[in-house]
Amino acid sequence: MDGKVAAVQMRDITKSFGPVVANDKVWLDIYKGEILALLGENGSGKTTLMNMLSGIYFPDEGKIYVDGREVVIRSPKDAFDLGIGMIHQHFKLVDVLTAAENIVLGLPGRGRLDMRAVAAKVREISGRYGFEVDPMQKVYDMSVSQKQTVEIVKVLYRGADILILDEPTAVLTPQEADKLFAVLRSMRDDGKAIVIITHKLHEVEELSDRVAILRRGHFVGDMPTAKTNAMEMTNMMVGRPVTLNIERPQPKDPQPRLEVKDLTVRDEDGVLKLDKVSFTAYSGEILGVAGISGSGQKELLEAIAGLHRAEGGSILYLDAQSGEPEELIGKDPRDISDMGVALSFVPEDRLGMGLVGDMDLTDNMMLRSFRRGKGFFTDRKGPHKLAERVVEELDVNTPSIETPVRRLSGGNVQKVLVGREISSAPTVLLTAYAVRGLDINSSYTIYDLINKQKERGVAVIYVGEDLDVLLELCDRILVLCAGRVSGLIPGRGATKRRVGLMMTKLGGGAEDE
Amino acid sequence: MFDFVSFIPRAVAQGVPLMLGSTGETLTQKSGNLNLGLPGVMYVGAICGVIGSFMYETNTAAESMNGFLAVSIPLICCLAGSLLMGLLYCFLTVTLRANQNVTGLAMTTFGVGFGNFFGGSLIKLTDSEVPSIALSATSGYFKASLPFAGDLGWFGRIFLSYGMLAYVAVAIALSCAFFLRRTRAGLNLRAVGEDPATADAAGIDVTRYKYKATCIGCMIAGLGGLYYVMDYASGVWSNDAFGDRGWLAIALVIFTMWRPGVGIFASILFGGLYILYLFIPTGMDLAVKELYKMLPYLVTIAVLIIVSLRKSRENEPPRHLGLAYFREER
Repeated sequence: MDGKVAAVQMRDITKSFGPVVANDKVWLDIYKGEILALLGENGSGKTTLMNMLSGIYFPDEGKIYVDGREVVIRSPKDAFDLGIGMIHQHFKLVDVLTAAENIVLGLPGRGRLDMRAVAAKVREISGRYGFEVDPMQKVYDMSVSQKQTVEIVKVLYRGADILILDEPTAVLTPQEADKLFAVLRSMRDDGKAIVIITHKLHEVEELSDRVAILRRGHFVGDMPTAKTNAMEMTNMMVGRPVTLNIERPQPKDPQPRLEVKDLTVRDEDGVLKLDKVSFTAYSGEILGVAGISGSGQKELLEAIAGLHRAEGGSILYLDAQSGEPEELIGKDPRDISDMGVALSFVPEDRLGMGLVGDMDLTDNMMLRSFRRGKGFFTDRKGPHKLAERVVEELDVNTPSIETPVRRLSGGNVQKVLVGREISSAPTVLLTAYAVRGLDINSSYTIYDLINKQKERGVAVIYVGEDLDVLLELCDRILVLCAGRVSGLIPGRGATKRRVGLMMTKLGGGAEDE
Repeated sequence: MFDFVSFIPRAVAQGVPLMLGSTGETLTQKSGNLNLGLPGVMYVGAICGVIGSFMYETNTAAESMNGFLAVSIPLICCLAGSLLMGLLYCFLTVTLRANQNVTGLAMTTFGVGFGNFFGGSLIKLTDSEVPSIALSATSGYFKASLPFAGDLGWFGRIFLSYGMLAYVAVAIALSCAFFLRRTRAGLNLRAVGEDPATADAAGIDVTRYKYKATCIGCMIAGLGGLYYVMDYASGVWSNDAFGDRGWLAIALVIFTMWRPGVGIFASILFGGLYILYLFIPTGMDLAVKELYKMLPYLVTIAVLIIVSLRKSRENEPPRHLGLAYFREER
């Protein structure tokens, strides 16, 4: 490694959580003026390794050198003092405070705060790297990408020379991601060391100078990005050759199942969330819904499921056998779900809607079926059997059926939720963020489940965040932009750039055709 | 003609205990602790002050009483008593993570009982005819206003006729407002109440901030109890006389939308509404008087409705209010 100066050297780092070894004698070098991509499946120990650098965890064994000196990092504060800053996947910002207030939070200094001086320094940092931040803007008024910018400025304000970003693009539109990459490159040119943790191989190829790969807690190898390719990286990550394709069978005998016409929805505050949205969902096809978060995806699904009052328009459900149309608006959510419309919504905190964290698997299955019991007492046997079946078929990793759902890991919680919804043999399956935060293998299990439903002739409406997946999985993609339909395009042949433009601008991306 | 010159001083005297109580509670709530034990804390503060001054007054001859001691002994007793209540509350809710509502309600019950028990005991000790203790000498020191205030006509009566604790209350409220808005520690405290996980990640010691804010808040509130006995009630303690002022102070916190500066005016307004019925000629019709007594509560309800109609993130309670923080929780 000629001419490069190591900012951080990690040697023989080992960390275990109980019986699980998250990192086993890992070696990693991070150089100044270089962007390092840290690759690996979920659970391969990337985040754990970086958390040890940023002071969240403490290594069991091994040594860390910063600028050639051996250091001990016990807390995030120690890490800051060494110039190491990490931007976590979930932003750590206080909503009611301004950007500048969030940035100086917890910093030592004179008792009296001079917000003007802080704002000036924030502007100075932003100017240097080309950020767009208004120091006096409140965080709750910000978009996701603005929040991320604040997080980055926060780290730079603390004088960080080594930046770690954990899946920074997971929540960004392609255009926002490009902007972030430009900023990261200009920071690299400024001599800073940058590590990004990601699953997305094309980002690795586009942005990074060097890749390091972890597999099940072991360091597999590193190489200059220019000398490798996606196939090789994936094989190193998984440890065996894999194909990275999601199946997409042609829809069989598509029949209109759900006709949405001029649907208009306002939220509790009277803000227009959906404005005259019209589309038709067919049986045996997956209709993807894309959009920047908060563009009305949630309201759309809730309106169809009867959980949100529609202000105007109509939602017609066409019966699978007779083809008789029936109006869903004004119907009780229970009647709608009895008709075969199932909703599985995975909110940001994964539990919130659909599952009760403190109840066990059987009880959560009962949430759907408790009305069915005869007489005064509930029937627990059926739900118990169903829970056992879901655990077996979907390979849910749980100590027992009696374990509270809250204790399961994210992927398993989602399998339980999706499994329960599918078990009711729906004719329309609404799913939102089904693979939120899941690793590659679990995600593929869920895609398989959804594809199986499609083959059964279910009309699937799939709201997703990851455009790459939407483009590979869905037969058609409905793009929402600020509550209006920006376009409805076939999934086969759609490009990410075009969908991205449509997400940010009504009818955007048309010039690409 | 409505008699403002005599109305305002009485409204202020009514308002000061509420002001101290609500300032203390605001500080506490900013750390995310919803201390419903406030009425109990104010009771304990009052009775501790009474015990201190009772000891001093009964053991010292009237002519040899020292003004400084007569004020500082009850003051220190009051602060110590309310500090202990604050520590108890924090130990239960922050360290042991007990439910804040249950803890608070239990502490109110405890504090009121504590006050009445010791109040009753002191009354027994004095063998007096009436069920109360009069600490008029101590009260004289607490109530002392500037000597020339009486010569300044209406100005003196409205602005200068109060005992020193009233001015202390205003000073505390103003400094709390400054602390929360303009200082680093105040910013950190607000972050703790809004989002302790974020504060923790930024290197703020959440537990220490919660303890400090709650204990100092309790001490401020305790002073409200002391003011009530020593100044407003002229040193006369009788059981249950403090009434529901503690709850009103908590209502004031919501009324002022967690702003101690606004609390100064709001508490005087409440004090005024509390006694308005005395100043409005209602004749012999007692029912009308009772209607006027409802005013403070009606205004609270009206304000709550207006505030919730005007949705603004700044006027909302601290987001993590009432919830315990545990770092490992997912």
